Amino acid sequence: MAQHQVNYASAAGLPIALTSVDKLVNWGRSNSLWPLTYGLACCAIEMMASGASRYDFDRMGTIFRASPRQADVMILAGTLSKKHAEFARRLYDQMTEPKWVISMGSCANTGGMFNTYATVQGVDRIVPVDIYLPGCAPRPETLQYALMMLQKKIRRESANMKNNTKQNLRLV
Amino acid sequence: MRKYVPKDNVQAKSYYTDRYWVAPRVPREAVEEGTHFGAVVDAMKAFAKESYIEVGQLVIHIDAKENFEAIKTLKEQCGYTQCSEQSAVDYLAQDGEFELFYQFLNVNEAKRVRIVCRIKQGEAIESIVPLFNSANFAEREMFDMFGIKVNNHPFLKRIIMPDDWEGHPLLKTYPLHGDEFASWYEVDKIFGKEYRDIIGPENRDPARIDRYDTKRFSRVGYEVSFGEDITEGEKEQPIEYSETILVDYNKKSGKQLNERR
Repeated sequence: MAQHQVNYASAAGLPIALTSVDKLVNWGRSNSLWPLTYGLACCAIEMMASGASRYDFDRMGTIFRASPRQADVMILAGTLSKKHAEFARRLYDQMTEPKWVISMGSCANTGGMFNTYATVQGVDRIVPVDIYLPGCAPRPETLQYALMMLQKKIRRESANMKNNTKQNLRLV
Repeated sequence: MRKYVPKDNVQAKSYYTDRYWVAPRVPREAVEEGTHFGAVVDAMKAFAKESYIEVGQLVIHIDAKENFEAIKTLKEQCGYTQCSEQSAVDYLAQDGEFELFYQFLNVNEAKRVRIVCRIKQGEAIESIVPLFNSANFAEREMFDMFGIKVNNHPFLKRIIMPDDWEGHPLLKTYPLHGDEFASWYEVDKIFGKEYRDIIGPENRDPARIDRYDTKRFSRVGYEVSFGEDITEGEKEQPIEYSETILVDYNKKSGKQLNERR
């Protein structure tokens, strides 16, 4: 963050660091990404493993929250059936801005092997997706990498969400 | 006018079938006197149209109108106290009928019986929930998947598909990728019909397998090099199973090392 760190010795020992508001806000946002505890299918097992002690999401400031009101990220982990699509969208709508979506695994990305009448063919049909994470199911390392990519994306963005161009404007 | 497409069986068919392959039939054995199944057949004599043994299970064909009485007899006189499964098979294109089956288990004898009956489309069947509570969900699922109505069911409602769903997915006339209602279901429900144009149709993988496409497919035992033309047919490559290349661990390791050297 602090690219313009002041040399304390020359600044008479004053604890000053210079930065921009964008960088400060995004530093805070990207290092406390709280995802929603929301598992749809077998990908949720990998998501649980990522959150548990071995892969340890906590060290990245990522703590799973049980309420959409407290969550910043929605990880759609697994097959989204058409019956459930309505509820997934409702949970997304209940999350407060700013919010991001990770589509985890083949089923969430494209419908995967469930090329049938009852499966949503890609969750980007109902919510705007920031990160598409491939795999069936993705290993916890992959989910960690996706989260780090999302952090990178957030740090790159403007702190004012209105200035950011959303790819899926039709769904926002 | 729009081109007519026969809708008897719109589900995806396999692109390659062996014309000489005949589906193996399970042999049907007659019921022997003096066995447990013999006693069951005797007790069910008033209802049974046909009965035989298939893979160690007794199969009894009955009239659909007598299903409650027949199953009551089976439960009370023959000791079949568990109804493990109940559903139907769509033979509408073939015979214009559904085949309903009830699977029962006798815990004391460790024997299973299947009761089979046939109904026409639009006909209803009598519920067996007063006899077996487990049939409650099974009959609801049958109603959901086939649209078969069940008389005197306590709560006949869709169980798997959403309540506002149209169509019955396990019918052979129901396309695997869904009809128009199914393909727009989540968009219509969440955003409304006016969003159909904005979001666009589903992008589905047809999952087509091309027998002669050697760039994307290869047959096990008939592997050829990438992109080779096999319209004339390909050579069989013997499959090497792992047993033939396994190391014999009963031999002393020193000897094996010498052999490898």
